[in-house]
Amino acid sequence: MELFFSQILDGLSIASVLLLAATGLAIVFGLMGVINLAHGELMMLGAYVTFVVQNLFKPLGPAIFELYYPVALILAFIITAMVGVLLERTLIRKLYGRPLETLLATWGVSLVLIQLIRSISTSMLIGILAAVAIGLIGSKFMAKKIGDKPYFTYLNGLMWAFSLGIGLIVVNSMSSVRQLSSPWFGPRNLDVSPPKWLQGSWGKIGTVELPGIRVFIILLSIFLLIGVLWFLSKSAWGLRIRAVTQNRQMSNCLGIPTDRVDSITFGLGSGLAGVAGAAITLLGSVGPNLGTAYIVSCFMVIVLGGVGNLLGTVLASIMLGIIQSVVGSGSILIVFPNLPPALKGVVEFFATTSMSLVLVFIFIIVFLQFKPNGMFPQKGRSVDA
Amino acid sequence: MKLFKRLVPWILLAIALFVLPAILSDFRLNLFGRYFALAITALAIDLIWGYTGLLSLGQGIFFALGGYAAAMYLTLNTPSQQGGNGIPKFFENFGVSELPFFWQPFNSPFLTLACLSLIPALVAGVVGYLIFRNRIKGVYFSIITQAALMVFFHFFNGQQKLINGSNGLTTNTTELYGLLVGSSDMKLWFYRLTVLLLPVAFLICRYFTTGRFGDALIAIRDDEQRFRFAGFNPVPFKTIVFIVAGGLCGVSGALYTVQTGIVSPQFMSISFSIEMVIWVAVGGRGSLVGPIIGAVLVNYLQSLVSEALPELWLFVQGGLFIFVVVLMPDGIYGWFTGGGLRSFLASFGIAQKARTYPKIDEQIESLQEVVSTTPTDSSA
Repeated sequence: MELFFSQILDGLSIASVLLLAATGLAIVFGLMGVINLAHGELMMLGAYVTFVVQNLFKPLGPAIFELYYPVALILAFIITAMVGVLLERTLIRKLYGRPLETLLATWGVSLVLIQLIRSISTSMLIGILAAVAIGLIGSKFMAKKIGDKPYFTYLNGLMWAFSLGIGLIVVNSMSSVRQLSSPWFGPRNLDVSPPKWLQGSWGKIGTVELPGIRVFIILLSIFLLIGVLWFLSKSAWGLRIRAVTQNRQMSNCLGIPTDRVDSITFGLGSGLAGVAGAAITLLGSVGPNLGTAYIVSCFMVIVLGGVGNLLGTVLASIMLGIIQSVVGSGSILIVFPNLPPALKGVVEFFATTSMSLVLVFIFIIVFLQFKPNGMFPQKGRSVDA
Repeated sequence: MKLFKRLVPWILLAIALFVLPAILSDFRLNLFGRYFALAITALAIDLIWGYTGLLSLGQGIFFALGGYAAAMYLTLNTPSQQGGNGIPKFFENFGVSELPFFWQPFNSPFLTLACLSLIPALVAGVVGYLIFRNRIKGVYFSIITQAALMVFFHFFNGQQKLINGSNGLTTNTTELYGLLVGSSDMKLWFYRLTVLLLPVAFLICRYFTTGRFGDALIAIRDDEQRFRFAGFNPVPFKTIVFIVAGGLCGVSGALYTVQTGIVSPQFMSISFSIEMVIWVAVGGRGSLVGPIIGAVLVNYLQSLVSEALPELWLFVQGGLFIFVVVLMPDGIYGWFTGGGLRSFLASFGIAQKARTYPKIDEQIESLQEVVSTTPTDSSA
């Protein structure tokens, strides 16, 4: 029974990470109808921010090092939120009303982010900055000179390609200098060591130990969930976000700046992904492919929970987390050793992490046969709702 | 000119069949064989995405199922692959002494040929019907197919005792009619087979996209509600087209497998299935020529870039996704047919005279006002 409880605790902590990531995804999806395939990579960015902050705090001595984690959480939120806002302003906004295309474009973004983390080095950063600077200045200059000519767009594209080439040359010219061209992170997995106050146990309930990391993650996600709920239901921007989610055109007519609402929501969702990434560093190592492992589970949470209702997201992620950890670890067999042989075979068959995912998917498909719009479908009068 | 247009497909087919094998090395020819195999998948995706508006991110399932069917037949029918019990060697590593039941049909070549396309089609039918029945569409459909892909991936990856898990099945060392599948002679035959099957796939897709059935598909893509209100039930249409696409992907996967020499769960990775979509997007969706162009072009580009600068490929690919979606939503073929080239030339002042009504050409004075306000000067 003890094992069973600790499995449930494990499941709850997985669920908490899922919840953090899926909440961001669900809010954005509910508001803009956009699925962000780069969401997992934003989590990855959050994890790398934590790694960097940890390394920055290391030389400051052991006493201050203990404090790095809260700082990392806040920074992870801020930086990924900024990346999200940038993404929304430059790309997603251009694709408004074309959700499937947005899906593909964000996948492109995720590929770029993965490779960027693998191969970013000082020389590459300089090259990128040079290319962007030349491109921006050049396009501004050209807009002033020939902005009204019909061939402006094509020449502008050519100019951007040219600035990209210059960036590549800059990177290449520094490739012989080792300090500049060696990648910061590389493709390998990196380890983040949790601060001491998180390691070890935080007390006992009965005979079950409470591992600090897992309890902390659960508390963190509860705290953030309450924060998001408060933001959505009590603040002025939250009111606007809810209004736009319900009826975009009507809100626009009533003077709500929907484009700024989009930016803020996307930033919020991305920031939550960043925090989820920072939380993942406590559970395992950090690598460029970290995001892909979680993103599909997040999608399943959204499909199961329905859109526009945080309660659905919460219940769905708890359900998926617990099914994954309890079934996947095979602890059902230990708790109920006297199952009939036929049932036992079935349980053993699903008792690996990958097979528990299979079970979860079958469960979702069956569930959708009865509730096609998730647990708590949005009520409305449109035919599509 | 009209005769020439009618001859173009035959000329291309002749080039692919006779000229390319003569001028390309065995290695390159094999690569082109793979591209053409992938072009069949691209056609299938165009059928469901370009014409019906269903963006499936899970076509890798059907692709890999076809590949596994071919590989299972080859493994079972090669004497050198057999272990002590008369079952394939790899089973011994996992202590399996009896052939799993679902391997049995693959002893026979005819059943295998049928299973190549029928099993993926069947799976597509079940999954598709269960999803479409509930009016799940758009982005929801995409992420559910992606989840399904993940599930199949984990299943094939984890079940070592049934299908050799993450190692996959190697076909290079197997034999077919006494010839090694990995040998260059055999690969040439597979190349020819692929080149001949690609037009067949093209004709199948054309059959489904023209006529009343094709109109229904386009109606579903453009406005499913209106289609339903007009008294049609979209579910059978969508299911049928999903089944056809699944079957085509299965054939394509089998052709690809015998030419690469291995089938592994990596065929069902998330990234590979999304790549398939971008071939269609680059080539031009909603037309049947576009996907073929896109699949060959993008894969050729991938070979070139990853041979020269392997770490650059993800950047190029990511950039391609963003570029095509934002700036070229109709793809290369759509850009040409949609007058992209003409407006490009016109913006530099090199314009073909557009055909107008003859009267207007004669009485040019009546148009002076219009011409003076338009930015392009077509006289150059």
